Amino acid sequence: MQPLSDKPYEFNQRDRLVQPPALTPDYKTSVMRSPSRALISIENTLSEITGPVFTAAELGPLDNDLTRNYARDGLAIGERIVVHGYVLDENARPVPNALVEVWQANAGGRYRHRNDGYLAPLDPNFGGCGRTLSDDNGHYFFRTVRPGAYPWRNLVNDWRPAHIHFSLSGQGFAQRLITQMYFEGDPLIATCPIARTIRDEEALRRLIAAQDRSAFVQFDSRAYRFDIVLRGKRATLFEDRVQGGKK
Amino acid sequence: MLPPDYFAHALKETASQTSGPFVHIGLAPHLVGIGGVKPIGSNKLAGPGTKGERITIEGRIFDASGTPLRDALVEIWQANAAGRYNHPADRQKKPLDKSFRGWGRTCTDFETGLFTFETVKPGAVEGRNGGVMAPHVSLWIAARGINIGLQTRMYFPDEEKANAADPVLNGIEWVSRRKTLVAVLEQRKGKPVYRFDMRLQGADETVFFDA
Repeated sequence: MQPLSDKPYEFNQRDRLVQPPALTPDYKTSVMRSPSRALISIENTLSEITGPVFTAAELGPLDNDLTRNYARDGLAIGERIVVHGYVLDENARPVPNALVEVWQANAGGRYRHRNDGYLAPLDPNFGGCGRTLSDDNGHYFFRTVRPGAYPWRNLVNDWRPAHIHFSLSGQGFAQRLITQMYFEGDPLIATCPIARTIRDEEALRRLIAAQDRSAFVQFDSRAYRFDIVLRGKRATLFEDRVQGGKK
Repeated sequence: MLPPDYFAHALKETASQTSGPFVHIGLAPHLVGIGGVKPIGSNKLAGPGTKGERITIEGRIFDASGTPLRDALVEIWQANAAGRYNHPADRQKKPLDKSFRGWGRTCTDFETGLFTFETVKPGAVEGRNGGVMAPHVSLWIAARGINIGLQTRMYFPDEEKANAADPVLNGIEWVSRRKTLVAVLEQRKGKPVYRFDMRLQGADETVFFDA
């Protein structure tokens, strides 16, 4: 099958069964911040199938190495890891040139942020921001330290499992996605009110990265594999074209 | 219960999670003093060479209590002044503007909750099936407490005729809700400021789209 990019296309309807609902009372902040009306369904137009296109020139040489891109007088403290995987669409096609942006707490579970007052110390050599573009095969990778778990104000004694925040910009604005990657074997995942906003067990399991021995770097880093799937494209059929023009 | 292949795709879309309160670190690191990475995206979309009428878009996002969100990410995507998107899938016969990408990103202010974009007013864009969409800006917001990013559109109050014919606005069954997508125009020091407040709940809850 030919790629659809040279033909009029639209994105597949979003499969809401795998997505968290807006209102999830166990995650308390959602109560005041969730729309209570149904979303209005609209067909894709040019406004949805297009989106910003990013280039490698917009990224710095250390943008995908969080152990070094904020370093002042040494490397970031913590377990050194590589995180890598493929950005694919629902049709299992690679999404090249996707902007993958990540942010995370340091190894002690502390964010470099004015609103994080957790007592774990900041690491002078760790900022917590990284980004990269997927290659022609949809592959991406970055190096970081494994983030720590930390307490947060929800239930009195809730702790977030270790996680890395991911932001994805694919080909179209309607593919925009923010998510979190968890680590295989973390006992905090099962009781986390944020992880559990996802009702579909399989969908949550796909956010848990497995250790990937094949990508370990000798005498340097362990590795985790995290694949990301964005909405797929389909050809617009018949006359109801996304873009107007002559019939 | 739906059969597992109800959506017969090879793979399922990755599930969304909230951006949390520290979204700045990843997507607007300069706002929390994190250097070392190149800045990507800003709230200034228009450069000196950009064609079109210079406008400011500003607004706030209110929660159910009327409190503005002070930790939200706001992104916008729009066509240029001629009504063309800077993207290969847009094959309208309209000029591209090399100095306009049409994409902006910012966060709401830590104290006031205000977000601001400096851009140009977009032109009208072809809709489906040969229709025309009124000039509009697409917005996407993410924040702590928002489990999956919210998508909406801002329309222009000085485009009354085009708005009345817009297929997306007209597709909103509740006529009274359509006005939640139309900005309010203010003149400030002789310059147009389009005020676009979003409400996550309440009588004037903003229309959000499943697009």
